[in-house]
Amino acid sequence: MTETGLTGAEAEAAALEHASGARIAATEADGHITSTGLTNEKLGMWVFLGSECLLFGGLISTYLLYKHNNQAGGPLPHELYDIPFTSISSFVLLMSSLTMVLAVSAAARGEGSKLRTWLLTTALLGSVFISGQVYEFQSFVKEGMGFTTNSASSAFFTLTGFHGVHVSIGIIMLISLALLSWRGRVPKERAEVVEIVGLYWHFVDVVWIIIFTVVYLIK
Amino acid sequence: MALTTPDSGPLALPPGERTVENPLGIFTRPRTKTGWRSWVSTVDHKKIGIMYGAAALFFFLIGGIEALIIRLQLAAPDGKLVSADLYNQLFTMHGTTMIFLVVMPLGSAFMNYLIPLQIGARDVAFPRLNAFGLWAFLAGGIVLNSAWLLGGGADGGWFNYAPNNGVTYSPTHGIDFWNMGLLLTGIASLTGAINLIVTCLNMRAPGMTLMKMPVFTWMSLVTQFLLLFAIPVLTAAQFLLMFDRLFHANFFRVESGADPLLWENLFWIFGHPEVYIMILPAFGIVSEIIPVFSRKPIFGYQFMVFSGIAIGFMGWGVWAHHMFVSGIGPISVAAFSVSTMFIAVPTGVKILNWLATMWGGKLRLTTAMLFAIGLVGMFTIGGLSGVTHAVAPSDTQQTDTYYIVAHFHYVLFGGAFLALLGGMYFWWPKAFGYMLNEKIGKVHFWLILIGFNLTFGPMHILGLQGMPRRTYTYRDGYGFNFWNMVSTIGAFTIATAMVIFAFNILYSWRKAKAAKLAVPADPWDGRSLEWMVASPTPVHNFDEIPVVRTLDDFWHRKYGENEAGKLVRIAATEDVVQDGSNTDVHLPSPSYWPLVLASGLPLIAWGLIFNLWICVIGGALVIAAMYGWVMEPSVDDEAPHDHGDDHDGGDHGDDEAASEVDEAGPTGEEEEALVD
Amino acid sequence: MAHSMIDQTGAATPAVTEDHDGHGPSDRHYVNIAILLAVITGIEVAVYYLDLPSVALLVVLFILMAIKFFTVASQFMHLKFDSAILSRIFYGGLILAVIVYMIALSTFRLFNFF
Repeated sequence: MTETGLTGAEAEAAALEHASGARIAATEADGHITSTGLTNEKLGMWVFLGSECLLFGGLISTYLLYKHNNQAGGPLPHELYDIPFTSISSFVLLMSSLTMVLAVSAAARGEGSKLRTWLLTTALLGSVFISGQVYEFQSFVKEGMGFTTNSASSAFFTLTGFHGVHVSIGIIMLISLALLSWRGRVPKERAEVVEIVGLYWHFVDVVWIIIFTVVYLIK
Repeated sequence: MALTTPDSGPLALPPGERTVENPLGIFTRPRTKTGWRSWVSTVDHKKIGIMYGAAALFFFLIGGIEALIIRLQLAAPDGKLVSADLYNQLFTMHGTTMIFLVVMPLGSAFMNYLIPLQIGARDVAFPRLNAFGLWAFLAGGIVLNSAWLLGGGADGGWFNYAPNNGVTYSPTHGIDFWNMGLLLTGIASLTGAINLIVTCLNMRAPGMTLMKMPVFTWMSLVTQFLLLFAIPVLTAAQFLLMFDRLFHANFFRVESGADPLLWENLFWIFGHPEVYIMILPAFGIVSEIIPVFSRKPIFGYQFMVFSGIAIGFMGWGVWAHHMFVSGIGPISVAAFSVSTMFIAVPTGVKILNWLATMWGGKLRLTTAMLFAIGLVGMFTIGGLSGVTHAVAPSDTQQTDTYYIVAHFHYVLFGGAFLALLGGMYFWWPKAFGYMLNEKIGKVHFWLILIGFNLTFGPMHILGLQGMPRRTYTYRDGYGFNFWNMVSTIGAFTIATAMVIFAFNILYSWRKAKAAKLAVPADPWDGRSLEWMVASPTPVHNFDEIPVVRTLDDFWHRKYGENEAGKLVRIAATEDVVQDGSNTDVHLPSPSYWPLVLASGLPLIAWGLIFNLWICVIGGALVIAAMYGWVMEPSVDDEAPHDHGDDHDGGDHGDDEAASEVDEAGPTGEEEEALVD
Repeated sequence: MAHSMIDQTGAATPAVTEDHDGHGPSDRHYVNIAILLAVITGIEVAVYYLDLPSVALLVVLFILMAIKFFTVASQFMHLKFDSAILSRIFYGGLILAVIVYMIALSTFRLFNFF
């Protein structure tokens, strides 16, 4: 993920961005200033997240189009939802965003052990969420709604499946980061990489916020 | 602004540790600077740009042959050259190839090569990601065309409408190859977009504000934003199609009650920005060429920039003009008809500004200039037919006829492709260190202009007479015979012109090599920063990153105005240009991982179609490559040290390692020899 | 130093309590945000079970969803405290997606009023 590095000065500058949104010059590690004051990596991640809005938007729209369409037979997703169960899953994912932010905070302070704790907790919460998804999908299949059953089910599983894959990739990144931290490769100067992984993780959470409302709660 | 650092990337080693030579015991870090290995492991934006261009021209050959076969089939009524089924494959693959494997990568070639130079940078923001994009694009082109060898090409049209794109009506694997191939090229485009956006926003030379960037860079930036947001929509549609075809999902199956219009909407939400993605870089190229050969600055720079941005925005609001007859209803049709008419405005602004630039200028009709003027003329014609399409009632008559085929070939071939050819003549000396022959170039231009108009001009008539698109033959007695024959002759004229172009390249290269001709940094008396470096461009781009004071900064270092307001020379070109002698520059190190990662992708693609075990192998390659890439520092720790620091300003922190630095030198002879 | 802020979307956020070395919002602040999010989620679920007319349900749920979305984006993802370029790029993509897809869905006559 990284092409250019961060010096201590740069990490300091990044950590000092606050309040009025003032742009403090971030420097690439060789001392040269980027035109926007942001590092390439951070700007790159946000640019990527902008594009992901279009991807998930397409899948959400497809679901909205087909959510009542079971002409091919079988039940509709909203007939099978277990809202209390999914609410708990959503809560778990939301809390993982908190632990992620605490990890970023620990990284900025150079507290390696806390960093690893929070990273692994985030990964754990993410895994609980995924397990919940897997359980939920299995129960739907048992009740007669699989991926190929009808248009609504295909749309549902595709949307939530894509989201689940994104979460899983996030979990792998979190665990990898924790391992690297354990080997001493994520000191205070390199805290931004935790922030960038955090951005991806929060985005995945934010997509779920939308999915929970639009797919599950709205009939 | 030197690009990378000593080894202090976020995941790199803490001070004192040494790079592991063979992290997976497989690959040593590439070090060669010559030979095929240096090309295959390069992260240099210039080499990558050249490879995009070379690949695109190769695919042009394939797409061109497909076109010639089509034209032979249609030259006379009741054509027997190809069957209807093969004909469907031919026009599908021709369109798909020309759009995704020729025009887009040619645009990428110029954008990759020029953007860092035009903004005063040494490379792009993420050099390895840049290399990955190239290899992923190539993988996609190979997967798409592997269809020809593995059961037949895609046959649903380049836009592949549902339900025809499903297994019920297209049971062969052709469309699967189309789908996979374009998913891969989509990944390439998306990573390229992220890269170039960050580059433009973050890596400009000191003093270069956004409104001092050349028009080409601006048009490229808008193009990258369009790609960033449009490609994911196509990706979504393609995943839905893949799930339908391979895993029996129900997104487009009419028998399951699905709505085929879902595909049309998703596809054209991508598809309309796509056409602006194809034309904007060409507009940028023309905006560079015309001022140089009119000896005048571009007329209305701000209008050029803002109209480009306007096209970028408005391009999102017109997609359903491709769907006027699909049954979306009168309100939608009316709305999109109006929005489509509006989008002619910013484009018209550009045409006027180019003309105004030429007006009163001291014109030099070089080959590049002729091609640029060619775009202005031909795109205007294509734009005018476009306006007739915007009017929904008349489009109802025109749609699915050859009138539409005429329109888009005028804007894409007469517009984009001519400008891209012009760009090649213009920047060839900068990239390769020799000029393309002007006399042969002019023959190329006139022949292709005549051939192009002979091919596509008559299609307006044929379309209005009712000749439908995508139909493998026509009966005698409809009145289509004469113009179809003319069109076919035109097509072969185009082919001849392109052979002449190929000949020009070889002839000019041989001549330059034999005479040992060197080309100066600034052969055209250019305006923008790329002309300030030696030709061919040194590996490190700029000896010293320039401090930019104004738009067309390079021009204003050479010329000023006297009291009467007339242009006067204030410095000799030799005193302004850089000679490429500062080779003590940190550069990002080459790497094999982008290629390895990209090579796993077609395996996944073929695996999904044929056998899931192949997927597993591809997936393993991808994961291993990701690991290798992430663990590899962007600058090689073990590289032989040269003189150490970058000399721009010099106040960096500790240099833990220097990158390899002894390049081929300013003339880049080795690179030149590798090109052909 | 604690001060209340209006983030880029106009929604008010709780006072930011900064920690000692001025590294932006403190951990305590983040925990408060998380509690807020949990509460809103609870409200969402409760509202779901109320027998509201469908339009009202839609509006309420959308508002709650939006509050959660922008809270995570501006606080956890730090958009409020970062350079405006990031917000423009991200929200630009978001707004584009919403507009484009809503227009597309309306051509399917998904919304009863077309």
